[in-house]
Amino acid sequence: MHHDSPVFRMMGDRALLVELGDQISPSINEKVRELFLKLDRRPLEGVVELVPSYRSLMVVYDPLRKGLDRLQEEILDLYQATDPSLVPEPKTLHVPVVYGGEYGPDLEWVADFHKMSAEQVIGLHTGTTYRVYMVGFTPGYPYLGELPEALATPRRETPRTAVPQGSVAIAQRQTGIYPVQSPGGWHILGWTPCKLFDANQWPPTPLEMGDLVKFFPIQKEEINRWTSSKA
Amino acid sequence: MDIIESLEILAPGPLTTVQDLGRYGFGRYGVPPSGAIDSFSLRVANLLVGNPETEAGLEITLMGLKVRVLTDLVVALCGADLQPHLNEKPLDVWCSQIVRKGDTLFLKAPRTGCRAYLAVGGGISLEPVLASKSTNLASKFGGYEGRALRKGDLLFSHAPDQHFQRAGKSFRPEGRPSYTGDWVVRVLPGPQDQDFPEESRKLFLDSSFTVSSQSDRTGIRLSGPALHRKKGLGDSIISEGIVPGAIQVPGDAQPIILLVETVTGGYRKIATVIRADLPLLGQIKPGEKVRFQEVSMQEAMAALHESENYIHMLKKNAG
Repeated sequence: MHHDSPVFRMMGDRALLVELGDQISPSINEKVRELFLKLDRRPLEGVVELVPSYRSLMVVYDPLRKGLDRLQEEILDLYQATDPSLVPEPKTLHVPVVYGGEYGPDLEWVADFHKMSAEQVIGLHTGTTYRVYMVGFTPGYPYLGELPEALATPRRETPRTAVPQGSVAIAQRQTGIYPVQSPGGWHILGWTPCKLFDANQWPPTPLEMGDLVKFFPIQKEEINRWTSSKA
Repeated sequence: MDIIESLEILAPGPLTTVQDLGRYGFGRYGVPPSGAIDSFSLRVANLLVGNPETEAGLEITLMGLKVRVLTDLVVALCGADLQPHLNEKPLDVWCSQIVRKGDTLFLKAPRTGCRAYLAVGGGISLEPVLASKSTNLASKFGGYEGRALRKGDLLFSHAPDQHFQRAGKSFRPEGRPSYTGDWVVRVLPGPQDQDFPEESRKLFLDSSFTVSSQSDRTGIRLSGPALHRKKGLGDSIISEGIVPGAIQVPGDAQPIILLVETVTGGYRKIATVIRADLPLLGQIKPGEKVRFQEVSMQEAMAALHESENYIHMLKKNAG
């Protein structure tokens, strides 16, 4: 459900969660994106950080420079203002993936779990265009949804302590790409040579909240063609 | 540009990193702030040696850092008292002093607090990454090659001789926080306090929690009475942004005070530490006790103005 008007939740004396709905849905997420872009393009005095997520926008502010009441009023004004020029079309990124084998150690398990072939899993995973609902967990990590119902898989019972950088994984109705090596409890279907986070590049990640992602399969012999290329 | 060698790391101790006041504006890319957990101590240390308060310094955890001084410098150590010694002689904290080429600075063991901050007049010369010199250990960028300092690392500073007249300054004792080890941390409820029944909210405020040894720069893990959520609610929520100081309660019902290395989370936050008390979180050690005290927004603001006033006075005094 969309909230009729934004719900403000305080996080301490320096952050506001502006909640625009109560579930995961593309339309609620698009509302969050619109508000995020408006606040980003028309920065408010005293706001130091904006973190958009599935259904809310976190606005971190400096309470020495901006009062809470004033900030809420200004956010509401921006929320109600319609200015399509502030909300560009999302990008679509095509991401090459080597599925299975050493690159996707959980592909066979996932196929067995759903009683289908590995090719069918790959077909379902590549057959959907995913929305970046948010970037978080680690720098550059895109939360992509929604995975086809037929591929919905519970998390691994035992998370891995180190998932390799570039791993493409699924859990429940989500899929994601690990931009840096990190612990993780999702099932790894494959690996992409695309670099998803580089602190020394600008922007540091090719994906932003609201962008669209489509995966396509490549053979491991083709990896060299894609390394060092950005998605 | 006269940037010269200032310090050589002879031993790093368990964890010494380069940190400034953090990396802001990149949360949309999932980039956490990092930075000094006890930002108050780093700001004071910088101001005492005549640096901008935003300059990077060393965050030294618990003990064991040993450095050789490579040129005459003004330094200040603030925050935890880790029994600093200069060539075997005890050194004062919360003041600036000259150290000479060839001296050895050694931090033995914690007397009070957990993290000490070393500022060098002329700063730590490193290229900012995403607008900050702070070290992001998990993603390996920023600071000194994106990692903790090691034996043999060399640090550089900008024109340290221009800071000599800052030596001998001391931070007023009434402005120095006391690190008792029996902590009272002030909080505002929320953002998801309403997901906890009255009983859990009462337990949260009335109980003493013990700091787990698994605490790090990501969070302070606490153990104490179980803070159950309301019946019928799942153990996680839809992921959303978080700020340092948010106190999340995952499925095991034991609270975690989130620190500076994370920017999103999928668990309920029963309360959030007020900004004035965030620096104290950097001084809490495993094994110590923490209680939470709920305050009003007005009280939170008054506390913030009080601590900022000490910084303000120090700045004015510094000219």
